[in-house]
Amino acid sequence: MTTDLGRTIVLWCPDWPVFAVCRETGLDPTAPIALTEAGLVFACSAAARRDGVARGLKLREAQYRSPALTVLEYDADLDARVFEPVVRAVEAAVPGVQLVRPGTLAMRARGPARYYGGEDAAASALLATVAEHGVPGARIGIADGPFAAEQAARATGEAPIGVVPPGASAAFIAPLPVALVVDPRTAILLNRLGVRTLGEFAALPAADVRRRFGAAGAFAHDRAAGREQARVIARTPPPEFEAEQHFEPPLDRIDQLAFAFRVGAEEFIDRMRAVRLVCTGLRIELDDERGGHSSRSWLHPRWFTPADVIDRIRWQLQGAGSADTGLASPIVRLRVIPERVDSTGNHEEGLWGGGPDERVHHGLTRVQSMLGHEAVVTAAIGGGRMLADRQVLVPWGDRPPERTSDAPWPGSLPALAPASVFRERLPIALLDERGAVVAVDDRGAISASPERFAVGGGEAAPVRAWAGPWPVVERWWDAEQAKRVHRFQIVDDDGCAWLLVRDLEGWWAEARYD
Amino acid sequence: MQATRLDSKAVPTHPALTQVLPGGTLREGTVVQVEGSTTLLMALLAGPSASGRWVAVAGMPEFGVEAAARFGIDLDRLVLVPDPGRQWLTVVAALADVIPVVAVRPAGRISPAESSRVQARLRQRGTTLLVAGEWPGSDARLGVETSEWQGLERGHGHLAEREVVVSVAGRGEFVRRTRSRLRLPGRHLEFAPAAPTPGFAESIRLAEPIHLDDIERRATG
Repeated sequence: MTTDLGRTIVLWCPDWPVFAVCRETGLDPTAPIALTEAGLVFACSAAARRDGVARGLKLREAQYRSPALTVLEYDADLDARVFEPVVRAVEAAVPGVQLVRPGTLAMRARGPARYYGGEDAAASALLATVAEHGVPGARIGIADGPFAAEQAARATGEAPIGVVPPGASAAFIAPLPVALVVDPRTAILLNRLGVRTLGEFAALPAADVRRRFGAAGAFAHDRAAGREQARVIARTPPPEFEAEQHFEPPLDRIDQLAFAFRVGAEEFIDRMRAVRLVCTGLRIELDDERGGHSSRSWLHPRWFTPADVIDRIRWQLQGAGSADTGLASPIVRLRVIPERVDSTGNHEEGLWGGGPDERVHHGLTRVQSMLGHEAVVTAAIGGGRMLADRQVLVPWGDRPPERTSDAPWPGSLPALAPASVFRERLPIALLDERGAVVAVDDRGAISASPERFAVGGGEAAPVRAWAGPWPVVERWWDAEQAKRVHRFQIVDDDGCAWLLVRDLEGWWAEARYD
Repeated sequence: MQATRLDSKAVPTHPALTQVLPGGTLREGTVVQVEGSTTLLMALLAGPSASGRWVAVAGMPEFGVEAAARFGIDLDRLVLVPDPGRQWLTVVAALADVIPVVAVRPAGRISPAESSRVQARLRQRGTTLLVAGEWPGSDARLGVETSEWQGLERGHGHLAEREVVVSVAGRGEFVRRTRSRLRLPGRHLEFAPAAPTPGFAESIRLAEPIHLDDIERRATG
């Protein structure tokens, strides 16, 4: 049996983005679901498609056509991440797999066809492999070249396998629309020229197409004519860096666990160092005896050393307790997966060390390993009206959030910012001359001018100057998060200035200008 | 002891504080007590931060980050350890190893033996420690005696600027207690020495005038 080198099998999982999201979030894939990107529908489930939702539709239009539609943001990372186990499974069955995009795989047909005794048998074996991994409804197309094979897979109806006999690919793709091989602008132009199908496009003289549409046009022309030059380029499976350790018997103390994984952490880092990589971000997964699962990503401002990995494991386990307290449930499995790796070349130390910032980093890491990850923070100014919202504290090593403080935030305080912002607002009393608590009515008028001021249960002292109320109304449309407060500035008898807040519960000191 | 202190190098300090601080600047390896005002502490941190040094603040969960940024502390080189708890002295020692200016509010009393051990380390590392609280054997002690806000009236206006009287006491050549008037902050969020009011200048000793052009340069750019 002779098979042409170009014979290609394409495995296609219909609506993969939707399927991936459903698997991650536990949604029902048979419900109408749409994933959006930049306000347009990127992918939708079969149920949504029955309602008339299609790719490229505006979100409003899609919701109008299918009122029960669940709309989620498209996440390309999640797409690829969920597909990775499927690729691994297929690679175990058939070597030399090309990942066209998440949801679509291409591989050469010759090897599998000979091994399984025929293209159909190979296709059935592949489908069985994929179905084992919980991906139902995959389709397989076999044709000359990856493009034709993918079209064959997409053209399958009830039967999951579509085979185009050798040499018949050009005829098979001829009736398909020309937009499949060219970009949208060129497609419109070709349509206007009366070239609507791939067959018609292929019938144009190759030299004319190249002259008119350039190299991209010539490439598309080859595809349309079934003369595709592209061969399956098998991916090199990425090397395994992740480290996993099972604990039997399960360990219930953090220091035990940290000690048990010390060698593992060193191997984990050494394996990466052997191929000249450093890890700058990793994910730690922990499974406990009761079936609990904890997973978290950790970033590093420079790169992880084995001790840093152990620290991160300890911090993740600690939560609230300290190193020598027992865990709620013993840990049976620990897994460390590198999420970001970088070439060591980008992280080479200078000839005389890495300068002062490196020393700072080492010192702060020491403090972090004493007190925990969240104890050492850098600060950024965020957006918001309340002062506590505007202070964004980011643990050392984590990435700061995007800045929103440049927005105008009407209702926030003028330029002078208080030097002390209380994390927990202090209860205070603001009294008028008869000793009654000053009240603010619905229209923002005060009952009497404030005369005396006391912090906590302390002695009331005269108020030298005051101004207010300055109303702050936030999220009035949301009953749960709505906030309606009045702010006052006062100067007390010692000459210390305070920023006070009056809400439904009473008077508070939000900050002090000291 | 005395010789070490005289030899120690000056840390870049905000020009408004030259007349306040003993010797005109902060010095490496010294301990300065700052009482009663976070803004004064920020003013002390602003100078080193503006000259590109890292600064750290430990044990002050209410440290106002926004005010710090507006008073000229670079947030990219500011490290906070809001709750060091019982280990605050260890944390200060660890921070002092790598960060040239560290501010701390002690979470408890510290014995003279411990404090002199930390001070030896500070001198070795050339770190300046600002203490918002008690520290036995500190080199200088700054406190806000009176503070007067302007801009806020009874029922209208808003806080605009304030004038404080900062009192300074120190050891050695600075035993004599001095007072200076400062605008902390002024109308444009700047720190500057306040113009002495008549009658006030006679009662206290004012240090030599500060370099006005320096302040203007700082205010404009």
